[in-house]
Amino acid sequence: MSVATAFFYLFSGVMIASAFMVIAARNPVHSVLFLILAFVNAAGLFILLGAEFLAMILIVVYVGAVAVLFLFVVMMLDVDFAELKQGFLQYLPVGALIGVIVALELILVVGGFAPSPGAIAAPRAPAPADVSNTMAIGLVLYTKHVYFFQAAGFVLLTAMIGAIVLTLRHRPDVKRQDISEQNARTREQAVEIVKVPSRTGV
Amino acid sequence: MIGLTHYLIVAALLFTIGICGIILNRKNIIVILMSVEIILLAVNINLVAFSSFLGDLTGQIFSLFILTVAAAEAAIGLAILVTYYRNRGSIAVEDINLMKG
Repeated sequence: MSVATAFFYLFSGVMIASAFMVIAARNPVHSVLFLILAFVNAAGLFILLGAEFLAMILIVVYVGAVAVLFLFVVMMLDVDFAELKQGFLQYLPVGALIGVIVALELILVVGGFAPSPGAIAAPRAPAPADVSNTMAIGLVLYTKHVYFFQAAGFVLLTAMIGAIVLTLRHRPDVKRQDISEQNARTREQAVEIVKVPSRTGV
Repeated sequence: MIGLTHYLIVAALLFTIGICGIILNRKNIIVILMSVEIILLAVNINLVAFSSFLGDLTGQIFSLFILTVAAAEAAIGLAILVTYYRNRGSIAVEDINLMKG
């Protein structure tokens, strides 16, 4: 058994086990941590496949951003997660049945699968032999697929604006700095001259 | 030797786990969102495996776009979740029935 084969079984085994723990763990914080483990192992599989750029993107985007976002939300919301776990055993038979059927069908389809000779003979964007994976992706992404690249940027912009609009709230009881109001203050509003007679106080 | 079929079977198992997670954790919307992420990861593994074994970079480009959309989806989903929790004080999915769907 070569090293690549051993690493394939290591990565895929740990990935599937931790994906199972994501849906089976009682504590959602543990679920998020197992999700991180699954993504790191998927990045290992990507490296085995020769897609180094996507592996690093997977770690940066998923482990660094999405999983941490999940972690923040799970820890910020004060929710009784034991109560949310109630229906687990009730749905277990139908869930297991559907899971077995889906897995069997997918494996049957995949087992009898062979790529057509035309797909192998005429790739749409053949990988150049002498450049790195990142450069090869850049050569295709910024030329052939540049409109999709821009569209992906717009998707991210929409998501950012949407998330800000959804979660931003103005609470009236919190004091905030209002610069235009500060600048509009005149001397008459700000300063009052009081003549204080002696020995009486204001 | 590890071939294309091995990767496809791993992705199929991962996809199945994601489907089961959605069915089993019907009440916990955070775990449902994580299951959707697992399903998208399975699709990504399929695309990258095909891309690698057929020598075609288009699969990796597609996988990159799926990653983008998945990140946007997670951000929006969690933002909706936070807003819902702020209004209702819980994240129980069964109570989301205003639209009678």
